[in-house]
Amino acid sequence: MLEITNLHATVADKPILNGVSLHVPAGEVHAIMGPNGSGKSTLAYVLAGRPGYEVSEGSATFGGADLLALEPHERAAAGLFLGFQYPVEIPGVSYLQFLRESLNSQRRSRGEAELSGGEFIKLAKAQATLLGMDAEMLKRPVNVGFSGGEKKRAEMVQMGIMNPKFAVLDETDSGLDIDALKAVGAGINRIMRAPEKGVLLITHYQRLLDYVEPDKVHVLRAGLIERSGGPELAHELEREGYAEAAA
Amino acid sequence: MTAPFPTRKQEEWRYADLDALQPVWEQLGDVATLVLAAGESLEEMWLPIADDVQVRRVQLALGEGANARIFALNNAPVYGRIELEVSLAEGAEFELYAANIGAGLSTNEIVTNVKHVGEGGRSRQVIRSVLNGKAIGSYLGKVEVARGAQQTDAEQSVKAMLLDRGATANCKPELEIFADDVKCAHGATVGELDAMQLFYAESRGLDPASARALLLEGFVMGLWDSAGEADAIGDAARAALRRAA
Repeated sequence: MLEITNLHATVADKPILNGVSLHVPAGEVHAIMGPNGSGKSTLAYVLAGRPGYEVSEGSATFGGADLLALEPHERAAAGLFLGFQYPVEIPGVSYLQFLRESLNSQRRSRGEAELSGGEFIKLAKAQATLLGMDAEMLKRPVNVGFSGGEKKRAEMVQMGIMNPKFAVLDETDSGLDIDALKAVGAGINRIMRAPEKGVLLITHYQRLLDYVEPDKVHVLRAGLIERSGGPELAHELEREGYAEAAA
Repeated sequence: MTAPFPTRKQEEWRYADLDALQPVWEQLGDVATLVLAAGESLEEMWLPIADDVQVRRVQLALGEGANARIFALNNAPVYGRIELEVSLAEGAEFELYAANIGAGLSTNEIVTNVKHVGEGGRSRQVIRSVLNGKAIGSYLGKVEVARGAQQTDAEQSVKAMLLDRGATANCKPELEIFADDVKCAHGATVGELDAMQLFYAESRGLDPASARALLLEGFVMGLWDSAGEADAIGDAARAALRRAA
């Protein structure tokens, strides 16, 4: 479903990814772990198409199509969702308006009918409730005045509303307390665990993987996949640290 | 009777498009006067019309404890000017929420002179400008606090967004304070759209033009939050932003 081959990327002319190869088949959840500065977030941004993150070599295909040739909004319409490590605040724009326009823009480009205001609000409320978020918060400006945990929950509500084919979740677990972590984990399973979907879960810690069990775990270091293994690899890393596990 | 034609040497006309103004001065040069008696309230919506040159010159006198709230959208195709001279008696309140939205070669400006005459008056001016092409958007705002006007609370917040390199924003808050127990806050910023906000919106499926329009809308639409009936001015602002974005 997502096929990354020998991906090299630079940020401000500095090489960050140095030949990442990774295949996530439909129906699987893969976790990417790795120390700070190993290129995890860069990989997420490159996949979503953030300006300034330049691919110098290699390829990434999504459902057989060249992902890197698409603009960020086209990637979203194709079914890719990026859960941000630091969700962005947008004063003056309510969450409801932001998400309705975004979703309808995606639907238009896929040739689907747009949702009416009423239909959208119903969908948004249902998803907020499932994630344990007060639906009233959706009337507020995007992420303004949200705590760190509320922002991450809101990212998952967005994912539930967009219902993507593939999600790249960049440290969605950071800043969450245990209850929020459970809710987010359950949300990922509910929204994304399906035979036709896939997830790339970027995390520092094992604890989210207790709730969302990965099919494969990869260790990213210095812009390269250093090791890959089953769920047991995450436990090993948790026990022994990245330095030990690499040896 | 029309006032004498202004010159650029007058500070309050410094950025005006006098060439555009000259032919229509006879019709537009007059100053309208509004007087609010003690305790009276006023809420006004000033919407743009279709004319190339639009000028609104208003003198507003607020009696004791009177309050006036004005929402204005300045969006003339060639030259737009909103000029307000306000005097506040004791305990009076004045609020102005206004936007300059300018495209092409237009000049739109908001020029105010708020005079706190009595004690304990409050004034709040919030100005947002969105400018593209070679448009000019200006705010010249003078706040005068008279000798006896203690406990005055005056605020000016001015922000401008430039969408193209050739666009110009002028922000000039000016204070003249003759009382010693007052609060006069002012802030001004000029910026471009935030790259991270744009990417966030695009990553959710908005094409670049829609993402820009939405962010600009957020920048301006907050002005009307406290308006009783904001639909008309909100719709006009949205339409103006679509033309500018």
